[in-house]
Amino acid sequence: LFWFSALLMGQPTPIAFTGARIIPIAGPEIANGTLVVQNGKILAVGGPGVAIPGGARRVDARGKVIMPGLIDTHSHIGSVEGGDSSASMHPDVRALDSINVRDARIQKAQAGGITVANIMPGSGLLMSGQTVYLKLRDGKTIDQLIIPGPDGTPAGGMKMANGTNPRGAAPRPGTRAKAAAMVREQFIKAQEYRDKVRAAAGDASKLPPRDLKMEGLVEILDGKRVVHFHTHRHDDILTALRLAKEFQFKIVLQHVSDGWAVAEEIAAAKAPCSLIVIDSPGGKIEAKDNNYGTAAVLDRAGALVGFHTDDGVTDSRFFLRSAALAVRAGLPRDKALYAMTMAGAIMLDLDKRIGSLEAGKDADFLLLDGDPLSIYPHVLETWVDGVRVFDRSDPKDRLYATGGYGASHGQGNHVHLCGDEEVE
Amino acid sequence: MRILVALWALSMVPLAAQIAVRGDIVYTMAGAPLNDGVVLVRDGKIERVGPASQIPIPNGYRTLRAKVVTPGLIDAHSVVGLSGWLNQPHDQEQLERSAAIQPELRAIDAYNPRDELVSFLRKFGVTTIHTGHAPGSLISGQTMIVKTRGTSVEKAVVRAEAMVAAALGAGARAEQGRSPGSNPKAVAMLRSELIRAREYAAKKEKPRDLKLEVLARVLSGELPLLLHANRAHDILTALRIASEFQIKLVLDGAAESYEVVDAIKASGFPVVLHPTMARASGETENLSLETAATLRKAGIRVALQSGYESYVPKTRVVLFEAAVAAANGLTREQALSLITLEAARLLGVDSRLGSLEPQKDADLALYDGDPFEHTSHCTGVIIDGELVSDSVQ
Repeated sequence: LFWFSALLMGQPTPIAFTGARIIPIAGPEIANGTLVVQNGKILAVGGPGVAIPGGARRVDARGKVIMPGLIDTHSHIGSVEGGDSSASMHPDVRALDSINVRDARIQKAQAGGITVANIMPGSGLLMSGQTVYLKLRDGKTIDQLIIPGPDGTPAGGMKMANGTNPRGAAPRPGTRAKAAAMVREQFIKAQEYRDKVRAAAGDASKLPPRDLKMEGLVEILDGKRVVHFHTHRHDDILTALRLAKEFQFKIVLQHVSDGWAVAEEIAAAKAPCSLIVIDSPGGKIEAKDNNYGTAAVLDRAGALVGFHTDDGVTDSRFFLRSAALAVRAGLPRDKALYAMTMAGAIMLDLDKRIGSLEAGKDADFLLLDGDPLSIYPHVLETWVDGVRVFDRSDPKDRLYATGGYGASHGQGNHVHLCGDEEVE
Repeated sequence: MRILVALWALSMVPLAAQIAVRGDIVYTMAGAPLNDGVVLVRDGKIERVGPASQIPIPNGYRTLRAKVVTPGLIDAHSVVGLSGWLNQPHDQEQLERSAAIQPELRAIDAYNPRDELVSFLRKFGVTTIHTGHAPGSLISGQTMIVKTRGTSVEKAVVRAEAMVAAALGAGARAEQGRSPGSNPKAVAMLRSELIRAREYAAKKEKPRDLKLEVLARVLSGELPLLLHANRAHDILTALRIASEFQIKLVLDGAAESYEVVDAIKASGFPVVLHPTMARASGETENLSLETAATLRKAGIRVALQSGYESYVPKTRVVLFEAAVAAANGLTREQALSLITLEAARLLGVDSRLGSLEPQKDADLALYDGDPFEHTSHCTGVIIDGELVSDSVQ
């Protein structure tokens, strides 16, 4: 319950943004739109006829675009860490125990319009730990950023990886087949553990001793924790799907560089894809065929497509480029905007709360001074739970948007690209 | 004999040598953009440029249409062709770590014109790259200027020896236990070597020394030192060295250059600015998206680069970098100049490249919309009068 008490919710005075071009995602664009928020929630969205409560603060948003907050389904902001080199699988390790909420990259993400991020440990291990879904509120403690799940515990998934990143000397796997065998072995143990717990039926004398690793895996088996599976190569993607099918776990494919090559299989498995859009292919063999067109191919095949920054592989402030570059390569515009918002919400099981501008949903949104797919406009304001967390007209906030001296102040010494465990 | 030479010359002219490019907007970079402009291309060179109403397209010219036409883009500093696509030991030629100072390493001996990233850049309209040895040691080697075409470096090269690549700060540090291990040590080593080169140059009788020969050309001003420095104090150190030895400098990276604008301006040296897509961390932690505008407004010559990437992605794209500049303080034309005419001037190839003017190389890029919008496409690339790409990218 302490998670709730820490939350900073929006003011009781309603705020009405009027005259904006609103992209609600949940329906067609509204040319002369009104958005009303109160107590951290959306009260109403619609045209000029929307009733504005008496006493509401009115904001003239003519010339502005309002859209839902961006959802980054894979990020490493907050100097996040995961498991260490003592083992390949760390289902007991929680990302939330490592996050520095004062990391400047969280401010930069707010400046980029990101309101919710799935903060993940790295891909240097088969299972590097539990991920955590954060609302990018202005908070001094991790508790203030957490999103409580249905049982009150922090919402999050589990990070897994295959392909070359998690390979290495023991205890890491040396081959792809070994990697899959190690994963299967642990999940089978977890099934046995779960069965013992079930058989005990609450009888303490029959319960197995608590095992945090097994508990983490059982949460996956029970569908409580989605597996965010780092995978690039076409055959590795299929291996991830094979494991998900065998153990009936919920999966979101992450990166999916070769997704274009196995789009039919991905769609048939109903596996959502969170893609990274990067300037160029290459840099490692598995990413040699990464291209802007994967989103369009997957979308045509019927797969759910979202995007992520993988910050620091790409900078959160440039997240909207993902959608624009995917449109360049054939993804329809509405699908690209959906991918930045609602698709991400679905992948994080938060679609009832976030991802679109609809009455009753969280008041997470951004204001831009132009079209979100154009290079020229800027994010002017970012709001989370009805609270403005980024304001470009404030010089302190603007520094994070543009960069400049001190813009990375407070950043930890997290070496994302070269460190043994944190390679993406 | 003269006829034979003429025949040989004719055989070198690619097919479809006569092309007319007609664009709704033609950014010539030599004067205001043309509305409904035409560029006539003949025998690899630009023949005429002007409004369609004044330039009839002669018979036999293949006509290409585009919404927007620009000069072929110039990437003012890259490692593409040396630092290959796959990032495996066999395709990484941009850095040799056996010694801290190796100016004798030539870019032409390391360039793979068939690397995937060469054609990747070309598909965005990049027709010329200044490429070569990377930051990563005190003096890593030479750079060169090539067109993004050709199956051999000989066919691609514009200038085989362009600059000598050097670095200060973290980019100069040698591996554990070797020198330079600190910034002042790096500077001491660099000064010592330049003094040796000065003495070498002054000698009448001398054995050949490949290292010192190249450094002597740096001292004579023939080859600029492309000095990678990101921290403000490292930039000032670079200027101090240039002043001591009276060498020509091109500042590379220059993340904190906005902090020392006056000193750079006073030096007269240009800046090849870091890609903004590069991660703001380490020595680039203070990079700003507005630096291109800041430097340009101060009257400092600026061009943009794809830079060096050690991992995923393997290169940046100067078209996207100019787009960031256009969104952060520069006009569209100013931003475009940083990857066309200003880049050509900085590299000293503006008599041939960088603008659409008669007699210049016929290097053009065609787009189906504003080139800076990520949703637009490059629909055609012409290099030396030859249509080398007409696929949509």
